[in-house]
Amino acid sequence: MKRLLAFALLVAAPALADSNLPPAEWADRQLANPVQEARAMALMETLRCLVCQGQSIADSDADLAGDMRALVRQRIAAGEQPEAVRAWLVERYGDWVTYAPPVKPMTWPLWAAPVVLLAVGGWLVAARLRRRP
Amino acid sequence: MSRRLLLFVPLALLLLFIGAGAWRLATPNDNLIRSKLEGRPLPAFALPPAVPAKPGLSSADLAAGKPRLVNVFASWCVPCIAEAPLLMRLKAEGVAIDGIAIRDRGEDVAAFLTRNGDPFERIGSDPESRVQIGLGSSGVPETFVIDGRGIIRAQHIGPIGETNLPAIRLALAEAR
Repeated sequence: MKRLLAFALLVAAPALADSNLPPAEWADRQLANPVQEARAMALMETLRCLVCQGQSIADSDADLAGDMRALVRQRIAAGEQPEAVRAWLVERYGDWVTYAPPVKPMTWPLWAAPVVLLAVGGWLVAARLRRRP
Repeated sequence: MSRRLLLFVPLALLLLFIGAGAWRLATPNDNLIRSKLEGRPLPAFALPPAVPAKPGLSSADLAAGKPRLVNVFASWCVPCIAEAPLLMRLKAEGVAIDGIAIRDRGEDVAAFLTRNGDPFERIGSDPESRVQIGLGSSGVPETFVIDGRGIIRAQHIGPIGETNLPAIRLALAEAR
């Protein structure tokens, strides 16, 4: 019985939530033009995978991330600007999809925080130094 | 006096920080990424047929004067099996349903439909998830309610369950 179970486990196919199709042609293949490939790569590293949600599409092994890499490479190869491709994706998925936060009222605190904290720190140090002759 | 109060500022900040952390930990994580195209026209696309017996799907087919459902599915998607009977029930109620098969092979789609029922009028094949990404969809299954002018009126993420049927029927009625 034990042996039978071991055999059954050996031959059982795992229930994968992944498709049987091979990755898209441009998912894992570099563009011939090194300048375009570098641009595509830089963009892919700042786009968020919709499946893994904590990885960029450059890092993720999810099918959808591969398809998004293929989309990015094909659009860059067709001469599109990386920021235009990013805007196209943000139009569909919102700011969620980009790791580069846009500057808008909602994110002002995010951008202002380092400046404000530095100013407060500077003020504290200045106050300290002034007190000590 | 005010100097003394100032001493409590770091403590207040710490409590604020802990409070914010506790609040975020207590709220359940929302992993759903909704399409931002709700209320906007479908992007233009034309997909080849996924199975020989049925026509493919283009955005023009979806602006034919009557609301329709577009089901984004795949033969390799387990939750899609769970929602199949509910799509069949919607079809029996007279709802027009089209499908987009993601990263799939013709024979696999055909086998899936034989096994789980076939609610679709047309099925487009999307082997590189191109149209799926164009719709702002982030997985399978997802279902879009499209009105007669080809405008996306609603998106349902995940398998359609018994409890989701009223909302889908309502969205379809509102899209009329």
